[in-house]
Amino acid sequence: MLEKALSGGRAYWAWIASLLVIAGAGAACWLWQLGAGLTITGLGRDVAWGFYIAQFTFLVGVAASAVMVVLPYYLHDYRAFGRITILGEFLAIAAVIMSMLFIFVDMGMPGRILNVFLYPTPSSMMFWDAVALGGYLVLNVVISRVTLGAERRSDPPPAWLRPVIVLSIPWAISIHTVTAFLYAGLAARPFWLTAIMAPRFLASAFASGPALLILLALVVRRVSGFDPGREAIRALGTIVTYAMLANVFFVAVELYTALYSGIPEQVSHFAYLFLGLDGDASLAPWMWASAVLAVVSLVLLLSPGLRRLETSLVVACVAVFASLWLDKGLGMVVAGFVPSPLGRVAHYSPTAPELAIGLGIWAVGLLIVTVLVRIVLVVRGHLAHR
Amino acid sequence: MTDTSRRGFLKIAGLSLAGAAGGSALLGAGGGPEPVVEGLPADPAGAGRRLAMVVDLRRFGHDDELIERCIRACHQAHNVPDFGDDRKNEVKWMWAEDFESAFSSAEFAYLRSDLEGKPTLLLCNHCDNPPCTRVCPTKATWRRDDDGIVMMDWHRCIGCRYCIVACPYGSRSFNWADPRPHLAAPHADFPTRMRGVVEKCTFCEERLARGLEPACVEACANDEIVFGDLNDPGSKVRRLLAEHLAIRRKPGLGTRPEVYYIVEDPQTLIEAAPAAVVTGAAESDHA
Repeated sequence: MLEKALSGGRAYWAWIASLLVIAGAGAACWLWQLGAGLTITGLGRDVAWGFYIAQFTFLVGVAASAVMVVLPYYLHDYRAFGRITILGEFLAIAAVIMSMLFIFVDMGMPGRILNVFLYPTPSSMMFWDAVALGGYLVLNVVISRVTLGAERRSDPPPAWLRPVIVLSIPWAISIHTVTAFLYAGLAARPFWLTAIMAPRFLASAFASGPALLILLALVVRRVSGFDPGREAIRALGTIVTYAMLANVFFVAVELYTALYSGIPEQVSHFAYLFLGLDGDASLAPWMWASAVLAVVSLVLLLSPGLRRLETSLVVACVAVFASLWLDKGLGMVVAGFVPSPLGRVAHYSPTAPELAIGLGIWAVGLLIVTVLVRIVLVVRGHLAHR
Repeated sequence: MTDTSRRGFLKIAGLSLAGAAGGSALLGAGGGPEPVVEGLPADPAGAGRRLAMVVDLRRFGHDDELIERCIRACHQAHNVPDFGDDRKNEVKWMWAEDFESAFSSAEFAYLRSDLEGKPTLLLCNHCDNPPCTRVCPTKATWRRDDDGIVMMDWHRCIGCRYCIVACPYGSRSFNWADPRPHLAAPHADFPTRMRGVVEKCTFCEERLARGLEPACVEACANDEIVFGDLNDPGSKVRRLLAEHLAIRRKPGLGTRPEVYYIVEDPQTLIEAAPAAVVTGAAESDHA
């Protein structure tokens, strides 16, 4: 079915070409990193994980959020999601592949990555994360491929697919839970040692993922004859609203526990994030921006009139996405390392090659989404008039 | 390295790991535990040894000379690269922090003057319940059952740095850059590493297998660092712990470190021992 992506106009190919250029630049930087080592990144002795692992974490959330369309559509027969469910699944496929790539580029010895499966270690959450992500990718590829194939033949999807779809629902929850457990079980890192990390991850995922899906659906509508349907967009807007509220509530709960208890090793990480520590306040502007964007998005989302207005919904979705990207794709991981277990405040900011590699992976993700969506549009005949 | 040769090599690494679990030292001649150093008898009962280190802070002064000697002995024996002041790329198996940072969880106030800012030797604690081995996704680091040493396989490590994230003591180092250009005089008896893997102190398991004491212990002349088997009631480490107040780093985390620090007043040395042995400590005593 992939051959369907090979037809397109000049604009389509220009878009594909520019993504390939960005991905190529990222690949070149990765080759540099492969030779010189991770020393070319901003990472070091004190901040051992940074931009790559934070992006991985954020994208696992985007991948998991497909469940927010899959569950209502398949389990509750919510017909309004009929046309966009496949977009959600494609977004999940792209996000899982991107998160895997971010793990891969973070490895010191990427050539040995298969050791994770050659020497399986059930006590390691990283092993379970690899299993969960791999399984989730397979599930989404199978489900979207089979449903789209059936749609093309105007058949209903085969009966055997239903249990597979049902399985994908708890599986989606599991990938982000395991990703939270990657952090939350470490005695060495008090900032992450919180029982609400997995629920908070899920809430932020179910806000940022559907927000991205709304934006994707509206972009696709603009460039093709595809119409996601007003009701689908509205329902997604409601999901984003509830999930964002839950996320902000969880953050507040976390802040209360840390600040009211006043335990220094709990307080210090939040102080570093929002106020700065030992003169290093480099993350503070970003964290305050994240907080302001969260408030702005909630103001827009919570008034029904504004939420139904497409322009303000788009602004709200961009705000949600940006706010959560800053929080989870930047602050959450770095703050776990500062101050260090020995009390050291080390400065971390990603370097140019580090950012270029990250940008390259995002370009690969966009490329995957573009190609997959193109296939759907061709299959459904939305491009016939162009 | 081609794919097939890499796989073959990994298999060999796996086999030697199985051998280590069976009771012989990874780099040793094999054939079961042998008597090593004083206080380290063979293990006839098969109950296993619990190797531990006691750092007698009473015998360390504020001057860094002895500490430097220990660190140099360790880093030379193990081809640990020297990155100078480059904190970001730094690799270290043994280092010094001031006493208050080393024991940050204790939150000292009005500290005894001889301990204030006292340089304190730090290394891997070889925890009884190591948080680092649990998180490793490839079993490239593990606690050896027969003596409690937390081992490290540089040939299997994928460089994910999860163990560094999980260690509460900062005892693990990652090779951010190629370490080989930063070795002044590579030691032929010990492997060098390449960029991309994690390394740390292994209680000199390669020296123990040859019947030698750990390099840092050997660098000390007056029992400043004592090494031995805690499962042997007659060992020097057991006697020291029974007779003196010793503390461990971050005991509240449940990791059960096997490196102990005697924090009693240096005066107790003068009362208990001939003065000649402890002149260094007496000089550092502000009282």
